[in-house]
Amino acid sequence: MNRRDLLKNLLIIPPGIFLGGLFLKTLSLLKKTPLGKISLESIYGKYNPHAHYYAMGIDIDKCIGCGRCVEACKIENNVPREPFFFRTWVERYVITVDGETKVDSPEGGIHGFPETLSEKEILRTFFVPKLCNHCDNPPCVQVCPVGATYKTIDGVVLVDKDYCIGCRYCIQACPYGARYLHPETHTADKCTFCYHRIVKGLQPACVEVCPTGARIFGEVKPRNNPLARFVRFNKLGVLKPYLNTGPKVYYANLDKEVT
Amino acid sequence: MPQQIKYLFGLAVVLVFIFLIVRHYLVSPSFGQYGHYRAASLQTVVSQEIKYGGEIACTECHEDILTLKNKSYHRGVACEVCHSAAYAHTQDPYEHKPPAPRTRAYCPLCHGYNPTRPTGFPQIDPVRHNPAKPCISCHNPHDPTPPVTPKECEPCHTEIARTKILSPHAPLPCTQCHEAKEEHKLNPRVALPSKPRNREFCGQCHSQEAESPPKILQAESPPEIPRVDMKSHYSGFLCWECHYPHYPEARLKKEEETE
Amino acid sequence: MEELFERLAFSVKEVTGFIYPNEIELHWSILIVVYPYLTGLVAGAFILASLERVFNVKEVEPTYRLSLLTALAFLIVAPLPLVAHLGHPERAFEIFLTPNFRSAMAMFGFVYAWYLLVVLLVELWFEYRKDIVVWSKKEKGLKKVIYLILTLGASDLSEKSIQFDKKAGKLITIIGIPSAFLLHGYVGFIFGSVKANPWWSSVLMPVVFLFSAIVSGIALMILLYMVITLFRRKPVDMSCMDKLASFLLYAMILDFSLENLDFIHRIYESEESIKILYQLLISKLFISMVVIQILLGTIVPMVFLAWTKLARLPDELRRLIYFGSAILTLIGIFSIRWNVVIGGQLFSKSLRGLTTYKMELLGIEGLLVALLFLVLPFIILYILVALFPPWKEAEVELEA
Repeated sequence: MNRRDLLKNLLIIPPGIFLGGLFLKTLSLLKKTPLGKISLESIYGKYNPHAHYYAMGIDIDKCIGCGRCVEACKIENNVPREPFFFRTWVERYVITVDGETKVDSPEGGIHGFPETLSEKEILRTFFVPKLCNHCDNPPCVQVCPVGATYKTIDGVVLVDKDYCIGCRYCIQACPYGARYLHPETHTADKCTFCYHRIVKGLQPACVEVCPTGARIFGEVKPRNNPLARFVRFNKLGVLKPYLNTGPKVYYANLDKEVT
Repeated sequence: MPQQIKYLFGLAVVLVFIFLIVRHYLVSPSFGQYGHYRAASLQTVVSQEIKYGGEIACTECHEDILTLKNKSYHRGVACEVCHSAAYAHTQDPYEHKPPAPRTRAYCPLCHGYNPTRPTGFPQIDPVRHNPAKPCISCHNPHDPTPPVTPKECEPCHTEIARTKILSPHAPLPCTQCHEAKEEHKLNPRVALPSKPRNREFCGQCHSQEAESPPKILQAESPPEIPRVDMKSHYSGFLCWECHYPHYPEARLKKEEETE
Repeated sequence: MEELFERLAFSVKEVTGFIYPNEIELHWSILIVVYPYLTGLVAGAFILASLERVFNVKEVEPTYRLSLLTALAFLIVAPLPLVAHLGHPERAFEIFLTPNFRSAMAMFGFVYAWYLLVVLLVELWFEYRKDIVVWSKKEKGLKKVIYLILTLGASDLSEKSIQFDKKAGKLITIIGIPSAFLLHGYVGFIFGSVKANPWWSSVLMPVVFLFSAIVSGIALMILLYMVITLFRRKPVDMSCMDKLASFLLYAMILDFSLENLDFIHRIYESEESIKILYQLLISKLFISMVVIQILLGTIVPMVFLAWTKLARLPDELRRLIYFGSAILTLIGIFSIRWNVVIGGQLFSKSLRGLTTYKMELLGIEGLLVALLFLVLPFIILYILVALFPPWKEAEVELEA
């Protein structure tokens, strides 16, 4: 690219793209049916989103840091394999006898945690699986300028990848680092609680493959589901509660060092 | 009205009118149906391809294996943890064959020793545990209880064993303090081993009146055993409130002081 | 995409401590530094212009029209870096179609449209209408057509009509001041309202943005005025310069006090983020914040400007000091934007580690493009000045 081309690009391309986008959009809309409203049934079939409100429980004392959830998530959701993009990942916390806290997450924990400290130095240590908290009061939805990220009727926070403009304000606004910019679609991407699975009665992929049952998926209200038992018998914590985001991923045995 | 205002106002009205018309045609018809987003986006998310079929799908054809697995210690481990995403296999079992990991590298993802893993979770040291033998030559992954009952405690309690080996308690066998019935090796959670219950137990070796050196250490060159006056030394506390029996740190402190 | 992965793989090695795995990619690049810088210059230049109109500061009159044109030139370019930075620039119009009213960023479209269409263009139109009408009669060819269109058909040149232009211009300026405050205060709000980021999250952010905008706008006008008079081989109006320099000094004192207030407040409260922010300041931001922003960009020009107030210096030296101070100030304000935008992304939201920003050279989010966006307003200004000469002697005198 020489200087002249660059200048040309800058002066012509941004407004050109803008107008071109408008034009294409007009064309594509003219082809569609004039009404174009979408009923819940045509989206979900027999599933009724009003009857559900989802959340997840994570028992830190059960996590063995095998990274199967990270692997399953990448497979299920076509998350890029490169270790810079995660919908879920596992962190390892090691609090040493000197009182220092060491945290790491090599490649998100997808290959486990091979390197270890000697026990002599360890005061306490544990794994913490992380994912989108599907906040009840989501800062990402608040800041999205165009309505490309939203909370569904059943309480799941999703991204509209065909509408997202890629401004990345939501990535900045998420206190948990749960979002990334998908390198292929150039739109924001994050955990969906495997929405395409749960509306068909399946478990999210990470929950399906967790070998120790450290992840429990279920609903906030009804008592006859696995999460209800989890929230009844554990003392719960959420991440960064002081930000008032209302996370719906509940942690049992959460340590004060976890951020 | 001055001429300027007339024309300016006219222009403004025209502009606003054009904007409203353009907006009317460009906004996606399903936008705002269920919230500030395109309902069409829900269709896109819900129609995402499923990769993990879920364990229920496996029962249909592999009932025998599932019956075996569901009685074993791997009952909580879903098929797709090891056999990877297999929804395609449920659709066309001959075209898509799920992988079955057979190498020694796979099992340590969960069962390799890592101090961060929760105590009690079965872990081995891959370097020392029957080196070079594939795991499946002794353990059936669908019913992993080893064919030969372990004689020692270490195969299951690696974390404790590796901690203890560095401590002054290294020469003591586990049975010095814990009484384990034979049943414990077969059904660990059903028949739990005993634990010391009172101060007097530790006093057998560490009180000033204890015999010297204790029988158990007579074969070795006996180290100097720290002794305390059981009456005045923090009476009212249990010994393990301050000293971790598998690694009595008090000793470490003393060494540090002399240094 | 391979290039992105390579860059990220490089960044991973530069990480100290722990950052969330998704935080390796730094999302708001130098283009987002340029954007608040440009809007700041717009707001600053406009507020300077309004001094003459609303507060009757007669000394700065020579810069009035120039300030308005400068504000327009920069305002036209201001959204370009934003659009260029989007993952999907072709979808940018959605921000006007389905704005999320709870989003600070969605308001951009409206604040921008309000400021451009209702304030700046209308004020310029009233200011220049008389001239445009006369030019549309005098000029020939393309220029004539342009002027004719710009009259919007309002060609009445009666005494009453001209008087109305003056009144309307003043009214728009009065509306314009809060609008300019809104335009840049709002940009500060975009950052100040991100509660996830302790470096940004501060109520003072919009205020600090605003005052730094005023500082940068005045500095820019000093610079532009001096350069333009040099090229036009005209004498520099020293009373105007002195006044501008005074305003620059006062604005800087206010701005610097506010920044210090923010700084002291953070240290005194010393919330959980203080450790990592301290680390950030003494390592990654030391040069750009302590040396460039505070020392070179603020304290040095303040000392020199104060010197011109306290001592009686010859015109030559004063001009030199004003010129140097203006340049240093502009660099200093740019590094403020840098330290806010880039600095706020150099530490992990886990508050446990620091990462690094590797700027591209070419590429759409690179240094060259950023420089072009900084140069582009001057090219536009050149065209505007050619079409609408802002000098006193170019103004058309109507024969009564």
